[in-house]
Amino acid sequence: MPDNGLMPAALRWLPVWRRNLRVWFKLAGPALVGNFGEPLLYLLALGYGLGSLVGVVGELPYLVFLASGIICSSALFTASFEGMYSAYTRMAVQNTWEAMLATPLEVGDIVLGELIWGASKSLISAAAILLVAAALGAVDGWRALWALPAIFAASLCFTGMALVIAGLAKNYDFFLYYHTLFVTPSLLLGGVFFPLDGLPPTVRAVAEWLPLTHTVAIVRPLMTGTALSDVAIHLLVLAFYGGLAYALATVLIGRRLRG
Amino acid sequence: MIEAKDLSKSYGDQRVVDALSLSVPAGICWGLLGPNGAGKTTFLRMLTGNTSPDVGSLRVLGHEVPREALKLRRHIGVVPQQDNLDVDFSVVENLRSYASYFGISRAELQPRVSRLLKFAALESRADSSITALSGGMQRRLSLARALVNEPKLLILDEPTTGLDPQARQLIWQQLRALRTRGMGLVLTTHYMEEATRLCDQVTIMDHGRILDNGSPQQLIARHIEAQVVEVYGKGLDSWHGANGEALAERFEQAGDTCFYYAEDECPLLEALSGHPELSYLHRPANLEDVFLRLTGRELRDA
Repeated sequence: MPDNGLMPAALRWLPVWRRNLRVWFKLAGPALVGNFGEPLLYLLALGYGLGSLVGVVGELPYLVFLASGIICSSALFTASFEGMYSAYTRMAVQNTWEAMLATPLEVGDIVLGELIWGASKSLISAAAILLVAAALGAVDGWRALWALPAIFAASLCFTGMALVIAGLAKNYDFFLYYHTLFVTPSLLLGGVFFPLDGLPPTVRAVAEWLPLTHTVAIVRPLMTGTALSDVAIHLLVLAFYGGLAYALATVLIGRRLRG
Repeated sequence: MIEAKDLSKSYGDQRVVDALSLSVPAGICWGLLGPNGAGKTTFLRMLTGNTSPDVGSLRVLGHEVPREALKLRRHIGVVPQQDNLDVDFSVVENLRSYASYFGISRAELQPRVSRLLKFAALESRADSSITALSGGMQRRLSLARALVNEPKLLILDEPTTGLDPQARQLIWQQLRALRTRGMGLVLTTHYMEEATRLCDQVTIMDHGRILDNGSPQQLIARHIEAQVVEVYGKGLDSWHGANGEALAERFEQAGDTCFYYAEDECPLLEALSGHPELSYLHRPANLEDVFLRLTGRELRDA
C-alpha cells in the first residue's frame, strides 16, 4: 500500500467486486440450482425435442449447435439482469454506492467493480452450462474451455450496456424497454437457435450489429471444434461496445450520485 | 479543520450555496443549522468531495477538495441523513465490508470491530441482519461504521432525526465521548436543543448564505433578550394592548401565541398574575429563538 494509505487506483474496483461476491455466496444454493437447472431443461427440451425435427445444422447435431448458443445467450441474460436490476437496487434503493462514495472510492471504481462482477456471475453460469453440455456430450474436447474467457470478455460488454440503462432508469419498469428492444432481439437474431445464413439480408445486417452475434461467432467454434475465423474483428466489436458502455455508464451514474 | 472561501453552487438557476466563506477550527463540534433547502446538505456533500462547487475553494483537514477528495476521505467518517447500511449483510459484516472500501486489512480491523460493537452497544447483535435492528440500533451502527477508519473528522447529517429520547441520549453521549478524544465533529440538525448541548460553535445559514456564526451562548446574547414569556389563551388581545406590548422589549405573534422578549421578565409575570384566563410559559431565551428570528417563522416546504 502506498504511503498515503490509499489503495492503488488499479485495485480499487476489487472491494466492490468482493462485496457482491460475498452476497452471492450467501445465496449460492438457489443461484447454482438455477445455473445448472435452466440450461439442462433448455438443452433437453429443445435439444432433443426440436433437435428430432431439425436433425443437423451444417455438420452439427442440433443439441451441439444449441448448447454453444445457449451458453452465450445465458451470459447476456445474466449480465443484463445484474447490470440493470441488481445494480439499480444497489444504486437507487439500498444506496450501497452512496455509502461507498463516502470512502476512498470513486464512481469509476464502483462501475468497474460492478462490470467485472456482472461478467464474473455470467462466467459462473457459463461454467455450469459447459458442464451440463459436456455431460450431454455436446462439447468437442478440452478446447471448449477457451469459451469461458471469451464469455467473460463478452459479458463485460453486456454488463456495461446494462449499467448504462441502469444509469438512465427512473424505476424498474424502464428495463422492459431494453429487454424488448435489445435483449430479446439479440436472443432471436444472435444465432443462438438457428444460423444466420438463411435470414433476409436486411435482418442479417441488423444481426451483425448485435454483440451477441459476435459472441456466438467466437464461442460456437471453440465449443464444437469447427473452424474459428475473424476472432480479432469479433473481439474488437465487443471491446468497442464494452469500452463505450463503461465510459457512458460512469458519466451517467456519476451524474446521479455526485450533484 | 475546514476553510471555505467564496463557495458557490447552483442547480439550474437556483443558487443553493451562495458565496459561502467560513473557517472552522480543528477538534471542535461545529453545528450547521438552517431550514430545509438552506444548502446544508449540499455543503456537507462538498466537504466529502461528492459535490463540486461551481466556484470557490475548499480545504478540509488540509486537503484541497474535491481535487484531493480520496486522500481526504481516508480520514473522515460520514453518518448520512438516511441510513445506507448494507441490508445484504449482518451487523459485523457491515463493518467488515465498509472497512474493505478503505483498504483496511482483516488483521488491522479485527481489534477495532469488537471495540466498535461495544461503543455502539451492539455486541449482542453482531450477527443480526440489518432489517432486524431498531431505528436507534441502525443509527448506532451507522455511527460505528463511520469510525471504522479511525477518522479525524466525523460528518453527521441529522444524526438523531426520528429517534426516541433514549436512543437520542445515547447518541449524544457517544458524540461527546468522541469529541473528548479530540475528534472533530460536523453536524446538521433541526433540533436546536441538540445543537446547544453538543456544539462549541454553530453557523446558521439560509438560502445558501451564512446568517451568523458563534457559540450558542454568543448567538443568544447577540440576537435575543435574555428572557422569553409565551402567552396564549382567551383575552390575549386585550391583555396585549393593555400590558404586554409596553412591558416587553420586543414581541412576536405566531398563531394563537404571543412571544414576549425581555431582559427583565418580572413586570410581565406580575401583569400576568391577575389573569387566570391566560396561560403562559416563562423560560430563558434559547437557540431556537435565535434561529426563528434569523430565518423567519414561515414554513419551508422546499
